[in-house]
Amino acid sequence: MDELSSTAFVISSMIKVTAAFTLMMAVVAYMTLAERRVSAFIQDRLGPNRVGKFGLLQPVADGIKNIVKEETMPATANRRFFLLAPMLAIFPAVVVFAVIPFAAPLPTPWGVVDMIIADIPVGMLYVLAFSSLGVYGMFLAGWASNNKYAFLGGLRSSSQMISYEVALGLSLVPVFMLAGNVTLTEIVWQQQQLGFWYVLPLSLAFIFFVISAFAETNRLPFDLPEAESELVTGYHTEYSSMKFSMFMIAEYAHILTVSALMATLFLGGWSVPFWSGDHMFWYDGVLISGFNAAGEAMAAEPAVWKTLLTFAAFGVKTLFFVGVFIWVRWTLPRFRYDQVMHLGWKVLLPVSIAYVALLGATILLLDQMGVTGFAFGAILTLVSGAATLAFIFFMDRGRVMEGASVASSPRGPRGAIVPDTRGVRELRDPVPAALQVREDKSGSGPTVTH
Amino acid sequence: MSSSYLPVLILLGLSAVNAVGMVVASQILNPRRATSEKDMPYESGMVPLGDTRARFSVKFYMVAISFIIFDLEAIFLIPWAVEMRTLGWEGFAVMSIFLAVLVVGLVYEWKKGGLDWE
Amino acid sequence: MTDILFFVFAAVAAGGAFGVVLQKNPVGSLLFMVATLGSVAGIFVLFEAHFLAAIQVMVYAGAIMVLFLFVIMLLNLGHDYRRDLTRGLGMILAFGVTGLMAGLLARQFRGAEEGLSLAHVPGPEAMDALLAEKGAIGALAIPLFTDYMLAFELTGILLLVALVGAIAIAKRRA
Repeated sequence: MDELSSTAFVISSMIKVTAAFTLMMAVVAYMTLAERRVSAFIQDRLGPNRVGKFGLLQPVADGIKNIVKEETMPATANRRFFLLAPMLAIFPAVVVFAVIPFAAPLPTPWGVVDMIIADIPVGMLYVLAFSSLGVYGMFLAGWASNNKYAFLGGLRSSSQMISYEVALGLSLVPVFMLAGNVTLTEIVWQQQQLGFWYVLPLSLAFIFFVISAFAETNRLPFDLPEAESELVTGYHTEYSSMKFSMFMIAEYAHILTVSALMATLFLGGWSVPFWSGDHMFWYDGVLISGFNAAGEAMAAEPAVWKTLLTFAAFGVKTLFFVGVFIWVRWTLPRFRYDQVMHLGWKVLLPVSIAYVALLGATILLLDQMGVTGFAFGAILTLVSGAATLAFIFFMDRGRVMEGASVASSPRGPRGAIVPDTRGVRELRDPVPAALQVREDKSGSGPTVTH
Repeated sequence: MSSSYLPVLILLGLSAVNAVGMVVASQILNPRRATSEKDMPYESGMVPLGDTRARFSVKFYMVAISFIIFDLEAIFLIPWAVEMRTLGWEGFAVMSIFLAVLVVGLVYEWKKGGLDWE
Repeated sequence: MTDILFFVFAAVAAGGAFGVVLQKNPVGSLLFMVATLGSVAGIFVLFEAHFLAAIQVMVYAGAIMVLFLFVIMLLNLGHDYRRDLTRGLGMILAFGVTGLMAGLLARQFRGAEEGLSLAHVPGPEAMDALLAEKGAIGALAIPLFTDYMLAFELTGILLLVALVGAIAIAKRRA
């Protein structure tokens, strides 16, 4: 099987970009419907079911509504940045899926087409780079609106996003250790070769990735930037009609991409479980399916049905995580802001550094002892499983995470019972501390304390 | 090698056109019948009080600075992680020293209350 | 194609740099700075420096500029800050820095004419071979953690110093 000629590459790229972009927008539109229907189901309601059968035309109706609804902009808003903010929010959210492989390579009469938009050498770093730009849209939306709720929402979202970006980056390090590369195609291939989905040998990294991903996408329990009981809807309070929906599209596109990343990094991506017929990888310009006992590469046999089957596997895995996102929204209560910061900086950061060191030492030790194949994966699974159990055990004891409830008095770090008066004080305050504006003594304007 | 970025360029272009197009479309298509009440920033039905763009707490600045330091740490970890099995124990030792230095920083910040949000 | 892209990225970078200086609003300057840094990342890709390009966006555009944004918000630069630069020390500083930059640029051009600065730079073919052999990250990782070990560890110390300094300043104010 041959690689594509350069003309065929350009044409196939254009087709793939257009198709993937359209598909993504369609999936995002139906994710909004799914969220409303599933939320309704969980809350024992019906949800939108009037437009079309089962409400299937609801996204279309929403789209029309976005165009015909009246739009407002505060007179005191900064017009330029107010218009720029939704663009900056949606742009990074829809470009990051470019490096995620979504199916096995597809054979065509012109050569084998990779089912990934761009297999660039930096792979996952591209995702990190563009998702780090997502801060600007939110911050700018909050700042330009000249609305106090929006400003606080923008501030919270940006500092929450940067806090969890560190944890997100560190949770990827173990994946890179095992895969030996940062491209997602190679990460999928290495999982196929190892015979283990990374969720098993890297279970703690998976947990950290999921936590950070929820925080990065501002979903419950980390939805403080748009906490409706405090901040109306947060940074996009002043946005209406199409511009509002741009923030929504950005948010759901982000959820979709992150779900696809969870599936790819930890659940084997597009590979079908317990089946080696879909193992395919470009090696020295040849599409191979693996190595035989003598270490020689064996040619792969790509097929259209294999591409379709793997695409279905990828879709199932991704949509599973999308479902988890919706499910968690109606399961967990929202954190307090100090708890969010506490979890990010005092729990995830030190524990993931320790986990990186532990896994690094284990992998090097196993390499030194010449352990390979199934035993390698199994030992790593045991080590990570022990680390995960220890982590959950300590988290559960209330030693690290403090003050989750007002009524109970949690145990202090040294086992002593200390009354937690913080929550009580907050209840006594007529104005929540988060919104208190006090005059600065130096006379250079009021200071918002958080 | 950089030819593999061509689809990225196409996608970036398409996304930029999409983003700008949506804002332009909403500027053209959506009706506007502004009144002075509608143009007020929303503050739960009250007339907005005081200045919005207040100076904010130094804590956010501490978060940003810690973010840069530890983000750089994570970025330095990535090339090491990729080549960890080639670099072997020597590389592991090098990285351990680096991590130990930054853990000292983390402990210092923790003890000084730089990570507290109270 | 590469040449055209280079000029596009270079034009955006230069235009963004002018935008930074000409903007009245510090937040506007900051966004132009992000555009400039992004274009520079594009140029890095054209030079086959893939890892550097990704890091450029992640660290400069995604982290340091966010810190700048926070600092702008922290200082709440409400007044016309340009007045600060048109007096005394500001003027001296502005012209001094401009002169220094012009001097560096002139030196660069003279060096390029004499063919000095390009003599030891590996060509695109050498880069391609290196990347194909070791990958975009490996080509950088192995020297970083072996030959340049000391510089790497010193970077760690530098980061520690920055962190301690920031804590010292923030805690004194608070």
